Amino acid sequence: MANVQEELLKVNNLVMHYQTLRGPVKAVDRISFDLKKGEALGLVGESGCGKTSAMLSILRLLPSNARVINGEIIFEDRNLLKIPKKEFNRNIRWKKISVIFQGAMNALHPMIPVGEQITEAIMLHEHLNQKEASERAGKLLDLVGVGASRIGRYAHELSGGMKQRCMIAMSLASNPDLVIADEPTTALDVIISAQVLKMIKDLQRKLNISVIVVTHDLSMVAEICEKIAIMYAGKMVETGDIKKVFGEPKHPYTQGLIGAFPSVLGSKRVLKSIPGSPPDLLDPPRGCSFHPRCPYALEVCRKEEPGITKIEENWIVACHLYR
Amino acid sequence: MPENEAIFEVRNLRKYFSLKLGFLKALKGGSLLVRAVDNVSFKIGKGEIFGLVGESGCGKTTTGRVAIRLLDPTAGKIFFEGKEITSFPHEEMRKLRRLMQIIFQDPYESLNPRMSVFDAVSEPIRVQELEHEEDKITKMVNDNLLHMGLAPPEEFLYRFPHEISGGQRQRVAVARALVTNPEFLVADEPVSMLDASIRVEVSKLMLDLVKNRGISMLYITHDIALARYMCDRIGVMYLGEIVEQGSTESVLMEPLHPYTNALMLAVPVPDPTARRLKVVVKGEVANPVAPPSGCRFHPRCPKAQDICKTQKPELREIEPGRLVACHFPEGK
Repeated sequence: MANVQEELLKVNNLVMHYQTLRGPVKAVDRISFDLKKGEALGLVGESGCGKTSAMLSILRLLPSNARVINGEIIFEDRNLLKIPKKEFNRNIRWKKISVIFQGAMNALHPMIPVGEQITEAIMLHEHLNQKEASERAGKLLDLVGVGASRIGRYAHELSGGMKQRCMIAMSLASNPDLVIADEPTTALDVIISAQVLKMIKDLQRKLNISVIVVTHDLSMVAEICEKIAIMYAGKMVETGDIKKVFGEPKHPYTQGLIGAFPSVLGSKRVLKSIPGSPPDLLDPPRGCSFHPRCPYALEVCRKEEPGITKIEENWIVACHLYR
Repeated sequence: MPENEAIFEVRNLRKYFSLKLGFLKALKGGSLLVRAVDNVSFKIGKGEIFGLVGESGCGKTTTGRVAIRLLDPTAGKIFFEGKEITSFPHEEMRKLRRLMQIIFQDPYESLNPRMSVFDAVSEPIRVQELEHEEDKITKMVNDNLLHMGLAPPEEFLYRFPHEISGGQRQRVAVARALVTNPEFLVADEPVSMLDASIRVEVSKLMLDLVKNRGISMLYITHDIALARYMCDRIGVMYLGEIVEQGSTESVLMEPLHPYTNALMLAVPVPDPTARRLKVVVKGEVANPVAPPSGCRFHPRCPKAQDICKTQKPELREIEPGRLVACHFPEGK
C-alpha cells in the first residue's frame, strides 16, 4: 500500500491556547505531524491531552476564547490558517475536510429526516439540484449500509449504529479528501462498534480518503490505522508507523499506555499502570511534562523540555532518553 | 468453584418493567413488559469474582441492582449466606447492607457534591452504627482511603468531589463501599468512566483489596478485555438471559455460544500485527419488549436452524462448570 504517496496534510509547530480567567491554557503546544493521501492516522491521548483541540484547530471550529498562537496547517500546499474564513467555510470544511462528530445520537437534527440533512449538506457544497442531491444522498446511504430506503427516516427511528452510519454518509457528502473522526464509536456496543470501524476502514480503502481517528482507545487505532500520534499534556510525545510504535514503543508514556490496555488475545499478561494523573494545563510541570509520572526521569527531564529525536524515517519521539 | 461455599446466589431471577402506554392504548387494555432480566441464575463463591458481560440493554445492570435489592425482583429468589433475602423487610435489609455494598459507574454522580470526602466515607459507618467514637471513625476512614491509594489521607479528607480528579473520586467511592467491611460487593462498570492509565491503577487496587479481604464480587462490565483480568468466572448476557457461563478463560478462549464468539471477534485488540476485527453477526439487538421467539439470538446468529426459531434452548451444563444455552454450541 505504501508506495510513493502524495502528502495531504502537514501540521507544523501548532500552538493553540484557550484564554481563561486563570490565564492561558496551553491546550496544543507545538505539535507537528503529517498525513499522506489514503492514510489513516490515530491521534491518541487521554482526556484533556489536547487531541480534540488539535482537531478543532484543523477544522477552524474553535470556540471564541481559543487562539492559534503559532504554527501552520498545510493542506494541499495551502496554509489553512491563512485562508479567509468565508472561503474556508465554503470550499474547505466539509468539501475537502469533513468530520464525524462524537456521539452521533446528538449530532443529527431530530425533526428533519436524515436523508434531507444529507441532501442539504450536498447542496451546500456541490452544484446539484434537489433531485440530484437527493439521489446522491440515497447512494451514500447505500454505501454505508443504511440503505436508500431509509432516506425519509427521522433520527429517533434509527438505532445508535444506524445514526452513526448516517453521520458517516454525511461526512462523505462532497467527496472529501480527509475525514476526521472524533471518537467515532463511543456509546456504541462492541459488535456495532466493530461494524462501524470496519466500514470506516473499507471506505478509506475504497475511496482512497485520508482519515484521522481521534480517540483514547489504543485498541481501535491498532485495528484500523497505519500511523499513530500520541499526545500528552498538549504535546506530541511520539509519532510513527503503527506496527513499529506498538512493537517497540520508545516514549515512556507510550510504553505505559500500551501496557495499560488489556487484550483478549494471547496469554494474560500483567497490566501496567502509570502512577499519578495528567497535569493541569494551566500550570504544567517544568521540563518534560511527563516527568512527574515517568519511571525513568533524569535530572535533565525536570529542567529542560525534550527536543525531537528521529528514531528512523517517519518515527519521532520527544524524550531525553533518546538524545 | 466449590458449590457448597456459595455465599451469594440468584435463582430464576426475573425483573420486568412495564412500559407506560398512551391513553388510548391503555384503554384498549393490555400492557407492554420489558423483560430486562429473564430467568437468570448464578452462584458466587466466597472470595470469588463473577463477571456479567454483555452489550448495553442486556440487563446486566438491572441484575446487579436486583441482586442487592435496590430493585425488587418480579420473580425468583435471592440467597445471601444461605438465607433467602428476597422478601426481607426494609429494616432487616438495612442491617444487611453493611455486608452488601455497591459501587456505581459514574463517580461524578454517585458522590454527593456537598459532602466532603470524610463525610462521604464516614457516612456508612454512622448509618450502620459501626462505631461511635470520632477518633476511631477517623481512623477507619483514613485506613480505607490509604488502601485505595489516596495518600496521605489527611490531604483528601476535607476536599469536596469537585476538587479531586475522576480517578480519585472513584477511589473514594470504592473506599466508601469497603469501609463497612462487606462480604459481597456489586461493582457496576466501576472504571468505565476513567482514562486508560487511571483505569488499570484503580482496577488493580480493587482486585488486590477484594482478593485480600476475601470479598465476593459481582463485576458488571461491557469491557470484555478488562473482565478477563478481573473475573474468575463470567456469565455472558443477551437480551435479559445468560447465554453462556463458565470460568473466564474457558468462556473467552473457547466460546461455545455463537454470541460469545461474535463478541470476542468484535473486540478490538491493542496489537496492530493481529488485526482481525470480524463481524460475523448482522443487525442489532432486538427489542426487549418483543424478544424473538425461540432462541433470542436466532435472527442474528450465523448458525441458526429451524429449531432455533421455535424452541428456546435451555441453559445446560456441557462440561462441569460450563453452561451454554444453544442448540448448536460451537465445536460440539
